[in-house]
Amino acid sequence: MKFLCVACDEAMKFVDTGATTPGDVLAAVFRCPRCGTRTALLANPWETQLVRSLGVSLGGRAAPHEPLELMRERLVEARLLWTEEAERRLERVPEFVRPMVRDSVERHARERGCREVTCEVMDEVRSNMGM
Amino acid sequence: MKTYHEIAGDGGSDIAGQVAAREARLRARMGSIAHSLAIVSGKGGVGKSAVTANLAVALAMLGHRVGVLDADLNGPCMARMLGVQGETLQLGANGVEPALGPVGVKLASMDLLLPHTAAPVQWRAPAPGHSHAWHGAIETAALGEFLADTAWAELDFLLVDLAPGPERLAGLHGILPRCDGLIAVTIPSQVAQLTVQRSITLARRLNARLLGVVENMSTYLCPHCGAVQRLFPAETEFQRAVLGVPVLASIPFDPQLARCCDQGVPMVLAHQAAPAARAFMELAEQVGARCSAREECP
Repeated sequence: MKFLCVACDEAMKFVDTGATTPGDVLAAVFRCPRCGTRTALLANPWETQLVRSLGVSLGGRAAPHEPLELMRERLVEARLLWTEEAERRLERVPEFVRPMVRDSVERHARERGCREVTCEVMDEVRSNMGM
Repeated sequence: MKTYHEIAGDGGSDIAGQVAAREARLRARMGSIAHSLAIVSGKGGVGKSAVTANLAVALAMLGHRVGVLDADLNGPCMARMLGVQGETLQLGANGVEPALGPVGVKLASMDLLLPHTAAPVQWRAPAPGHSHAWHGAIETAALGEFLADTAWAELDFLLVDLAPGPERLAGLHGILPRCDGLIAVTIPSQVAQLTVQRSITLARRLNARLLGVVENMSTYLCPHCGAVQRLFPAETEFQRAVLGVPVLASIPFDPQLARCCDQGVPMVLAHQAAPAARAFMELAEQVGARCSAREECP
């Protein structure tokens, strides 16, 4: 999708994604580099979801690609991924308490908005528990 | 007024670049896989996933390095069949590490990403009531992620177990840089073969290489008298001619197969002397030979 300033016959440039509107629908603001006119694209919920389903970001990617990022972001329920190091550390916990530790670490990670469980997250949980 | 094609770029999003980067990641990942094979069926219930699980283990028993992508996102069962249900995918330096099943078979499956066995695959969406508008797109993107982001490493075979239905093949064909072969699984009923014909026709139109058909539940062994009986009317030869593709293997029905799937121990490993297990080994040999033959073609 491209935006053209008809008066200037000039391609408009992406500025920002605007304010997120209720319902989390997509918005994008474009500006004509010649006359400065701004125009906003306001997508309906279907269009929003279609763009998100394609796994692309309006305005370009803000961060490098993460493994399985689309699924981890868009699934209603998904496990947090653990790094191999964190998983190895969990294996050192006695087996009978391991599920409980896994749950509490994941709960903490979700509360902190972490995208994965790392050794640092485990350290935080341990220090919170005064260990 | 300028036209679409007269304007370079898209104003700053570089959507084309984002898509190209994703395709490049997928190509790079697939570069270490010698043969990627899609397993398809016309309809559900013909035993496609059981065939895939046993074929994967049989290929591994022949010394091949094998991976399985459970591409049935909404009804994943491969983790159960390969005995790794409950395991988690881990983040490694080179992507997501697949689960390790019997004989080192690697597995990526939605099952390993969902928090519990009763969790459905449900997507966050501002328009959940109109999922028809985007559902296909997100499932195709999810498949692409599994293929590109799983640290498969060097594989001789990657088996992609597709959900039933010809349209799944078209979706896969759209994202896979190359599909080296297609195996269609069916049972000797006219209804099943009618539906698998559609997959075969589509495969031909997509110029996909059909390795052949696996005829599952072809016969069964009477547990009382030992006689080999047919489960379906004996029109198989005619039906094979209609399908017009080679039959790679005929797998006899065996109740042990279902039990093995439930227990997560592939039959080809657990009951190696059983006729069905031997048929799976023959299937693996056929698949290996046909893929090798292609390598030797100039």
